[in-house]
Amino acid sequence: MADDPYKILGVARDATPEAIKKAYRALARKHHPDLNPDKPEAEARFKAASTANELLSDPEKRARFDRGEINADGQEQAPAGGGFGGGFTGGSPGSYRRHAEADQGERYSQNIDPEMYDDLLADLFQAHGRRAGRRPPGPRPGADEHYRLDVPFHDAVLGATVPLTLPDGRTLSVKIPPGVVTGQVLRLRGQGGPGRQGGPAGDAMIELAVADHALFRRDGFDLHLDLPVTLKEAVLGGPVQVPTPAGPLRVTLPAASDTGRVIRLRGRGVAAHASRPAGDLLLTLRVVIGQPDAALEAFLRDWTPEAPLDPRAGMEAAA
Amino acid sequence: MITLDILCARFTTLDPGDLQRWIAEGHVRAERADQTLVFQEIDVERVRLILDLRETLAVNDDALPVVLSLLDQVYALRRQLRRAGLPPEAPG
Repeated sequence: MADDPYKILGVARDATPEAIKKAYRALARKHHPDLNPDKPEAEARFKAASTANELLSDPEKRARFDRGEINADGQEQAPAGGGFGGGFTGGSPGSYRRHAEADQGERYSQNIDPEMYDDLLADLFQAHGRRAGRRPPGPRPGADEHYRLDVPFHDAVLGATVPLTLPDGRTLSVKIPPGVVTGQVLRLRGQGGPGRQGGPAGDAMIELAVADHALFRRDGFDLHLDLPVTLKEAVLGGPVQVPTPAGPLRVTLPAASDTGRVIRLRGRGVAAHASRPAGDLLLTLRVVIGQPDAALEAFLRDWTPEAPLDPRAGMEAAA
Repeated sequence: MITLDILCARFTTLDPGDLQRWIAEGHVRAERADQTLVFQEIDVERVRLILDLRETLAVNDDALPVVLSLLDQVYALRRQLRRAGLPPEAPG
């Protein structure tokens, strides 16, 4: 059976509700388990004070207790309502601590550098000799630092060295190898956070975001380009100027180069890197007729093809 | 599964508006599943703690984030101590 609630709260039997509330608050401030994580006994005292308060803060229950109709425990079976102790049903006062002390407590951990604690602990316990599970004191490497870098399309295809200005004002020279893709992370050794107690510096981790291009499309290490050609170029073939990432290139089209024909320019895609050979540039031809032309129209009207062609042959059957 | 309704039903003195604000301010966490909020046991106890702080310990809305932040740091440190093989209760 619980102790006399008046005794627990330390109030007289004729105490006013205000005096009871005040006494309970004073005890709660002193014994709330979350304010006393080092004192397991605080939880029991806080619970006792909560129980006493629930009984005495309810005028009806207090009167029944005073008349001897219920004992100090009577409260524990019934769900608590009202009162100012949270009015909880189920659970018990002060059980947050059990969750917070366990692993699930991480849910409410703030962005605290865990290394900071490790350092603190290392310093605190250095004088107390070795203990199991503790990180040995001494030189410690610095933390890695993470950055994001936008890479122009051409730099990702041909490779480049670009400057990256860090928040602290330092400028890193970042060497971008040809063939990088969005999401790839470059590691610059020793360019991260400084080491502690003589430890090596951490690394700078640079996540790349490669820009798209209006004309070229990357497919692995190959590039694709839609190349518009005139009717004359398509029929007769001949030299045309083709843009490539490395600069314009003269390409000789074969005669009768139809729309959709793919011409592969070997080694004109993503530049070679280390043992990886360069990718290819694939041109997909697209015939452009252009403005109306009277001579062309006149010719076509009188023209009889050598080999009449039905480009839609078989389409109906397949449809 | 603990939904918003179940959580509110567990505390007679909990105002749903207050809870929404605490969630918005990050004092209480919840996962979003479809269109509903889902809580864990620790979140229920967290609500109990905040109610205790506010109602019993008379911590006002301005001081609440400070108190919670300090508590979170104390518990983080204690978990860290435990992981390091140094139970916080053991004499140093």
